[in-house]
Amino acid sequence: MKNLIEITNLSKTYASGFQALKGVNLNISQGEILALLGPNGAGKTTLISTVCGIVNPSGGSVTVDGFDIIRDYRKTRSLIGLVPQELTTDAFETVWATVTFSRGLFGKSANPAYIEKVLKDLSLWDKKDSMIMALSGGMKRRVLIAKALSHEPSILFLDEPTAGVDVELRKDMWNVVRALQDTGVTIILTTHYIEEAEAIADRVGVIHNGEIILIENKSELMSKLGKKRMILDLTKAVNSIPPTLDKFGLDLSDDGMQLTYTYDTQAERTGITTLLSTLHSAGISFNDLNTTQSSLEDIFVNLVRDAS
Amino acid sequence: MNLYAVKAIYLFEMARTWRTLFQSIVSPVISTSLYFVVFGAAIGSRISEIGGISYGSFIVPGLIMLSILMNSVSNASFSIYFPKFTGTVYELMSAPISSFEIILGYVGAAATKSIILGLIILATAGLFVPLQIAHPFWMLLFLVLTAVSFSLLGFIIGIWADNFEKLQIVPLLIVTPLVFLGGSFYSIDMLPPIWQKITLFNPALYLISGFRWSFYEINDVGVGLSLAMVLLFLGLCVATVWWIFKTGYRVKS
Repeated sequence: MKNLIEITNLSKTYASGFQALKGVNLNISQGEILALLGPNGAGKTTLISTVCGIVNPSGGSVTVDGFDIIRDYRKTRSLIGLVPQELTTDAFETVWATVTFSRGLFGKSANPAYIEKVLKDLSLWDKKDSMIMALSGGMKRRVLIAKALSHEPSILFLDEPTAGVDVELRKDMWNVVRALQDTGVTIILTTHYIEEAEAIADRVGVIHNGEIILIENKSELMSKLGKKRMILDLTKAVNSIPPTLDKFGLDLSDDGMQLTYTYDTQAERTGITTLLSTLHSAGISFNDLNTTQSSLEDIFVNLVRDAS
Repeated sequence: MNLYAVKAIYLFEMARTWRTLFQSIVSPVISTSLYFVVFGAAIGSRISEIGGISYGSFIVPGLIMLSILMNSVSNASFSIYFPKFTGTVYELMSAPISSFEIILGYVGAAATKSIILGLIILATAGLFVPLQIAHPFWMLLFLVLTAVSFSLLGFIIGIWADNFEKLQIVPLLIVTPLVFLGGSFYSIDMLPPIWQKITLFNPALYLISGFRWSFYEINDVGVGLSLAMVLLFLGLCVATVWWIFKTGYRVKS
């Protein structure tokens, strides 16, 4: 798949001296959903804002579909739709008027049929004549998405699209994002919610202190960095872990009824067989066993902690 | 040229005017009409003619200028400040639109509103005082140039302001006194010599004088000088706006 966006050595230092981006390199393929994870102040919004033309870069370059974002700004910006983090909408306009305005602003001739389709796809059609100030937060978020899609962009940036949105609406929004991907739109979203990245992203990037510290296919990331835990339910409580089991780094539950063994799925030897035979030799028996995979959240927390 | 964007901004701004018709049009027309009633019909009948023109008629060009200046500045400043205030300016900054096209849309709409307002006030004045327009072309030229220049000034103020107080400071504390002291209600011949000299530093004098000349062929300064001053002011505003967009001042970080 060809790279639709190529970010090379991108840096941004604000007038205050704060270095928000430190030589970011990132390629984004056509048609993918990329989730950018990162704590507050990591540089996610600065990165998006720079690609969209809102923030001037201090160094490096960005191309969109082969066009430079500064030299060919008309071409690149017409390919991009942006849904900002804040609910920044007009208050007194109707939904129809504000979405129609956005289409014109991005250089497209009026197309009421297309606007109607966008509003219907986003369940906004029955609100088309409502003033935006009368809408709920979730509906306003949809209006922002409709505005971003009004000029038929091939790239959509979603800056924390489900921040402050209830669970049901968040899942609705994920369905919208997946449906957009099906139509060929490339989607880049920033999020604090690990489950969001886990649920909809094809690739996950982690940005921290203005640097991309990891960029990986989600499934590969999960298997590469994922740790598994094996939990053994003991038949009778033990007071302490016998010294012969020290090398396994087991955790004993407070009630002495559960042993937890953490192992690396990618390791040559997981140590499970040896552990089970050592447990047998130590006279510790169990009546149940289950394993759990570490979540993207665990991976993210570990990465950011290590980077710090 | 992204003409669709220019049209979108222009129509969006004009729609705001029709939506707030009372505030945008009716209110300034009524308040200016009060001047005609008080100074034209009531007090004006006891004031002697100036340059052979009744006092009520004499003040019409100045009052139209006052209204145009105030409304051009406030319309244009508000139109760009409000998106900054609400955050919707992100859309403008991420759109495939040049600085010139942004200005064309916003300043074009603000100037259009002021011109419409000026013409309505002119028509309203005709109901209270006798009017003549000796040079309609020059009257329209001064009207348009002034509306555009001061809409540009308003745009600059809207970019510069980072709170509502700053948005109001220039129109209330600078523009209004300049217009009142720039010969709206009197000819500078009526002032002591020293004040005549000081008034020559007031840019509003040249606007009002040129505009009044187009009505009654009476003027405080030469028409050519008036036109030159309007064009100079327009040029200064264009240069400032160009600098703002070139540097990203208060627009881009």
